[in-house]
Amino acid sequence: MSTFRIEAADRPHAIRLAIIWVVLSVLGIIAVLQIQYPPYDQTVQGQDQSRTLALLTAIATPVFIGVVILIVYSAIYFRRSSPELVDGPPMKGNTPVQVVWISVSAIIVLFLAFVGITTLATNSSAQTVPGQSSSLAGGTAGNAGSEMQVQVIAQQWYFTYRYADYGGVETTHLYLPVDRPVELHVTSLDIIHSFWAYQLGVKADANPGVDNVFHVTPQKTGSFQVRCAELCGLWHGQMSDAEGQVVSQSDFDTWIAQQQQDYAAIQKVVPSYAPYYFPVPLTKGS
Amino acid sequence: MVAEASVSERRLSIPNNPITGVVLAIPAYFAGVWLGNLFGLNDDQNTGVILGYVFATAAFLIGVGFLNYPLERLFGWDVSPVSVPNENRGIGRFFRLSLDHKVIGMQYLITILIMLLLGGIGAMFIRTSLLTPDSSITPPGQYIMLIGLHSVMMIFITSAVIVGPFGNYLVPLMIGARRMAFPRLEALSFWVVPPAAVILLAAIFWGGFPTGWTGYAPLSEQAGQGMDSYIVGFGLIAVALVSSGVNMLATIIGMRAPGMTWTRLPIFVWGIFTTSILGLLAAPVLAAALVQLALDRTTQTSFFLAANGGSNYLWQNLFWFFGHPEVYIFILPAFGIIMEIVPHFARKPLWGYRTAVVGLFGVALLSWFVWQHHLFVSGIAPVLRPFYMLSTELISIPTGIIFLVTLGTLWRARVWFTVPLLFCLGFLFNFLIGGISGVYLSDVPTDVTLHGSYFSMAHFHYTIMGGEIFALMAACYYWLPKMTGKMLSPTIGRIHFWWMFIAFNSTFFPLFIAGILNMPRRVSVYNPALQGLNDWVTISAYFLFGSMVLFAANVIYSLFFVSRPALANPWHARSLEWQVPTPVPARNFERVPVIVAGPYDYGDPNARPVADLGGLVGATGGG
Repeated sequence: MSTFRIEAADRPHAIRLAIIWVVLSVLGIIAVLQIQYPPYDQTVQGQDQSRTLALLTAIATPVFIGVVILIVYSAIYFRRSSPELVDGPPMKGNTPVQVVWISVSAIIVLFLAFVGITTLATNSSAQTVPGQSSSLAGGTAGNAGSEMQVQVIAQQWYFTYRYADYGGVETTHLYLPVDRPVELHVTSLDIIHSFWAYQLGVKADANPGVDNVFHVTPQKTGSFQVRCAELCGLWHGQMSDAEGQVVSQSDFDTWIAQQQQDYAAIQKVVPSYAPYYFPVPLTKGS
Repeated sequence: MVAEASVSERRLSIPNNPITGVVLAIPAYFAGVWLGNLFGLNDDQNTGVILGYVFATAAFLIGVGFLNYPLERLFGWDVSPVSVPNENRGIGRFFRLSLDHKVIGMQYLITILIMLLLGGIGAMFIRTSLLTPDSSITPPGQYIMLIGLHSVMMIFITSAVIVGPFGNYLVPLMIGARRMAFPRLEALSFWVVPPAAVILLAAIFWGGFPTGWTGYAPLSEQAGQGMDSYIVGFGLIAVALVSSGVNMLATIIGMRAPGMTWTRLPIFVWGIFTTSILGLLAAPVLAAALVQLALDRTTQTSFFLAANGGSNYLWQNLFWFFGHPEVYIFILPAFGIIMEIVPHFARKPLWGYRTAVVGLFGVALLSWFVWQHHLFVSGIAPVLRPFYMLSTELISIPTGIIFLVTLGTLWRARVWFTVPLLFCLGFLFNFLIGGISGVYLSDVPTDVTLHGSYFSMAHFHYTIMGGEIFALMAACYYWLPKMTGKMLSPTIGRIHFWWMFIAFNSTFFPLFIAGILNMPRRVSVYNPALQGLNDWVTISAYFLFGSMVLFAANVIYSLFFVSRPALANPWHARSLEWQVPTPVPARNFERVPVIVAGPYDYGDPNARPVADLGGLVGATGGG
């Protein structure tokens, strides 16, 4: 029992299962890799998520197929044929098989965790970072690095966007220039919302009094949809906006100038720019 | 009879039953409301409503008879007959306070099935309003109320659906005990469940509550008086989890028959054991969070209000620190059921018994270290996320052990294809999909897009409904012959299985796709492009509901219309609970059995019967 070997009675079953498993797994992996996984490639982060979805599905396919054919095979081949009750062989366990099974599952799990953590750690990763940015708090918005600073302000039941680099102009739709990294600062005025820009691969909870930072880099122009993804009361279902746009830098400049002009009158009465958009006292994120 | 009459002379002659309880509860509710409104200022009657519910529950429990025994002992009266097991087999015992673990198990089963029906009707309303992508069928307020009621009702049920009926009924029988360690505590763990369900449904009169089952603050502080139903109802379920957990642990540790060593313990008992540890330790965290929420809503404290120095993360952390062990409270007894039933029909020993126990404990232990995966996008400290990603994915290993043990038991077996076995195989398929989809949600990059979408909703329905409820069905078909003395019709059972299995997968698998395609949870308004998918799901959900109706019809038909009396051991199983007569005698065993062999020693011609029952002739063992 100390070494892994397949007993004679098990051999025909094992060989048959191995052949079925390999064939179906290869076909299955090829099939699932044909699929284009959302949220597609409008942003660097969305592309990462699509790739991770494809990778997870490719790894899950042989696992799923393996267990399903074991279930189906047992149901077909290990069914009792005689009408009267007979007992099966008194097998109480097999340590090498258990060691192999646990080792294989551990290797798959550790590999997945490794891939997940490295994706998370690289600069292109889709990650939320609770606010530690000094660029906003110091009132030097727009000067720090090349990342465009946009504050997403959630309230029941809509989102408002504040462009720190453009005098804190507030708009009701989110426009982003292509190929320019954006630092989103997500916050809320009342209860918990979640800012979900599906095509951008962005989801970040909006907590009152917290600056939740999310980095995103659009790489293709086009429209995107914004929704609230955390139950926030009566009109949660209607808290969405289909008019988000990723546009070229020149289009963006024209648009933001127009917004600054349109909202100049309102701009005078809104509070001066702050990272939390929240009455004092402020609480640091997490 | 004479002795009983003289006892009742010296006691208040109020009949103790649920009707008395309800009669007492109604004035108690209004007394609570009055008192609360006297003290609670500017809080929209929340103090009154909460006190009303608490008073009503206490009055109901007193009316049912929970104070009789302490009062009798206090005043030195004779102890009332309810505290000693008696041979009363009338139907009335199911409607009164009973300390017989078998009666409590049946009371639990009926109550839970009625609640399941109510929760299922809620699900049908939800699916109906999703037939159109706008809120034309259900207005948003009613839709959110339905979401809240369906989810919390189902959480109440799934917390107790296996431990309540089958744990209470079977654990003493399986370990060779005559009763549970604390029969009054056991009765309490049942009798708080009906008030919890009624209080939850009372939220309808206040317009429901808008938070779903997660109750996220500060939305829950903004909500109306319906939220108080959530607080008190969930609090009662926490009481049930703690009292049942401590009772099960004490029973399993302390009341095993001679010879019932830890390695001879049926694996189902191990499932109850691990789930009881989780319930005992997790429910107090929920209770603490609920008290904080109640204080925030009534006495104007600020635990969860960021504006006044609190933190909404506190609720999220407390809730999920309870909530993630909670979902393993659901599934561990289901693992126990699957691994318990499969050996008896495979006619083989449980393959890798010790590894299976390690797997159950592994799941239970790891479940304490994963809760922040619910908070990946909430803005938690980013350095914590790799840890929670890893710990969540590590749970796949002990869960994989459960699959290995079950499949190893089926390997080269002589499988007797019965309805319970079909449900076990269905469980394996559904839980496999549920488990694999869980890995997608544990991976931070994919969780960013899938979090809060229909993907996560489909994931937990695959684990809870496809897992736990399929295990419940296996358990019903397997053990109801012992509990009721009647066989359920296997023909209807087979139709039920295939109907339910196909309808279930047809309902929930498309929801993974809906989630990947941008459909958030808990909305009645969605992308019109997904209407076709949603209509398909809604029609499948109607069929799924139909399969549950078929199950109910099978139970009623088999119990009341055709009388197919069950043998004491219709499955020719070796385990101890099948060696006692049907119906099970009030004191279970004529004398304390001596356990001489394990419950799964099939295929061994020299295997001894599982126990020396002293006079009672057991049914066939192995070989």
